[in-house]
Amino acid sequence: MLYIKCPYCGLRAQKEFSYGGDATVKRPNINEEVSTEDWDNFVYMRKSPRGKHVELWQHIAGCRQWIKVQRDTATHEIFQTAKVTEEIR
Amino acid sequence: MQKYSVFSLIKNAFSNHQNWEVAWKDPTPKSEYDVVIIGGGGHGLATAYYLAKEHNIRNVAIIEKGWIGGGNVGRNTTIIRSNFMYDANARFNEFGMDLWRNLSQELNFNVMFSPRGIINLAHSDAQMNAYARRGNSMRLNGIDAKLLDRDEVKKLIPMADFSDEVRFPIFGGLMQPSAGTARHDAVAWGYARQADDMGVDIIQHCEVTGFDVVNGKIKGIRTSRGDIKAKKVGLCVAGSTNILAEKLNMTLPIETHVLQACVSEPVKPLLDGVVTFGAGHFYISQSDKGEMVMGGDLDGYNSYAQRGNLPTIQHVLTGGLALFPFLSRLKMLRTWGGIMDMSMDGSPIIDKTHIEGLYLNCGWCYGGFKSTPVSGWTFAHTIAQDQVHELNSELRLNRFSTGHLLDEKGLGTKTWIG
Repeated sequence: MLYIKCPYCGLRAQKEFSYGGDATVKRPNINEEVSTEDWDNFVYMRKSPRGKHVELWQHIAGCRQWIKVQRDTATHEIFQTAKVTEEIR
Repeated sequence: MQKYSVFSLIKNAFSNHQNWEVAWKDPTPKSEYDVVIIGGGGHGLATAYYLAKEHNIRNVAIIEKGWIGGGNVGRNTTIIRSNFMYDANARFNEFGMDLWRNLSQELNFNVMFSPRGIINLAHSDAQMNAYARRGNSMRLNGIDAKLLDRDEVKKLIPMADFSDEVRFPIFGGLMQPSAGTARHDAVAWGYARQADDMGVDIIQHCEVTGFDVVNGKIKGIRTSRGDIKAKKVGLCVAGSTNILAEKLNMTLPIETHVLQACVSEPVKPLLDGVVTFGAGHFYISQSDKGEMVMGGDLDGYNSYAQRGNLPTIQHVLTGGLALFPFLSRLKMLRTWGGIMDMSMDGSPIIDKTHIEGLYLNCGWCYGGFKSTPVSGWTFAHTIAQDQVHELNSELRLNRFSTGHLLDEKGLGTKTWIG
C-alpha cells in the first residue's frame, strides 16, 4: 500500500486516491496555431522515466483536490507532495 | 542437435539424465553481427528464430540483461486468443493462432498449447449486444466466435454464481472455442534452443548501455560486455522500452506500468478454459498443475518495479469472489508482477524508426504472450526486408500522429484505466 501525504488532509492510504498521470505534460497554448507534432507530443508522447516521476493524483475519496506527487517509479518511494499550483523541484 | 522424443527420453534415463546436450550455448559476444536483437524474451527469441529460419540471416545475437525468459514471458498468465474486433488486430493474431497450432512440432519442444476456449462473460443486455457485434466482426475475419446465452454458460461453468442474489447476474457470453493456453516458459526455451541451433548467439547477463548512431544510421550498441557492431538492431524489450528510447533521444507513445497476477494452491480439475468477468477486473483459468491462475488490471500508476501492491490484488479477487464464490476457500500460493509497455491506444507497434537500421517492437500492453510467434514472424520480416509486412502494416509508429489508432477498447490515452 502506498501512503500519500495530501497537502490538504495529511497522510492517507493509496485507496483514497485516483491516478492522473505525468504532471509535466504541458497542454499547447490556446488561441495559437498548434502544429500536429505539438498535439502529438501533448496527447500521446510520454517519457515514462525509471526513477523520479512527478505525477498527478486526485484525492477522490477525500477532499477531491488534484495534487502533485514526486515518486520513484522503480521503488515506489514517495519523496514530495504539493498542491497542483505549486512546483516540485 | 539432439531430437527430443520418447526414445531420447528412454535412452537418457539409462544414464540418469546426466548426458543431455545443453539446450543453448553460452557464447562470448562477437565484435560484429548482421542483426542484434535486444531483449531475450519470447518476442526477441521468436524474432531471432524466424530471422534464421525464414530469412536465412544467421549472424544474429540476442542481448539479454538478465536471463532468457525471466521477464514477461515467464510472468504472464499464458492466455492465447484472437478475439479482436478490428481487422488489423484480428488478422494479425489469427495468423498467430496458425503458428501456435503447429509450434510444438516445429520447435520439437512441447509448448503444451491447449485450445480449451475463452469465455468473456456479459452482465447486461448492452454488453450482450457489444459481444454480438464483436463476435460478428471476428467471424467476418474467419475467427470462430460463439455467442452463448445464460443456460449455455451455465453448462460450461456451473460453479459460477448463478443465484438470484448476485449484483451482476450472468446474461451470457462470447466464446472463442479455439483460444486457449500454453506453457509460457516452454515457448521461450523452444525458440531459444532452435535459434541457437541455427547459429544465433544468445548472450545473457549483458546490459545495453548505449547506441552508436552516426548520421541517422545505427552502427552498433554499447553493452556491459563491450561494444558490438551491428548492421541492424531490433528492440524487443517490453517494459524497458522507454529506458532504451531515452538513450536514443526518442519519445514514444508508451508508458510503463506494473501488472500483477496470482495463483492459488492446486486443486482438482474444475475449470476447463479461460473465463473473464465482464463486470470487474478479473479473469481466471486453471493450470495443468491444478492451480487457479488469476489476474485483473494494472496497479494504476507508472512503475518499473516488477512487483505491485496489495490493494490491487484485493480489488481483483473481490471481483473473483463475486463470480466464483468457491475461491474464498482456496489458499493463495503466490503473487507476482511484471512491467508492461502500455501503448496509448492499447495496440502494439512493430515498425521501422527514423534511425536507419533500428527497428521497434513494443506497446504490447498486457497482451504480448499470445502474439509471441506472430510478433517474431512479422518483426523478422520487417528487419530482414527493411519494410513492414502486410500483417503489421497498420501497427505503425506514426498512427498516433495520423489518427489511425487501433483503440480496441476505446479507453483513450489514460493507459492505466482498465
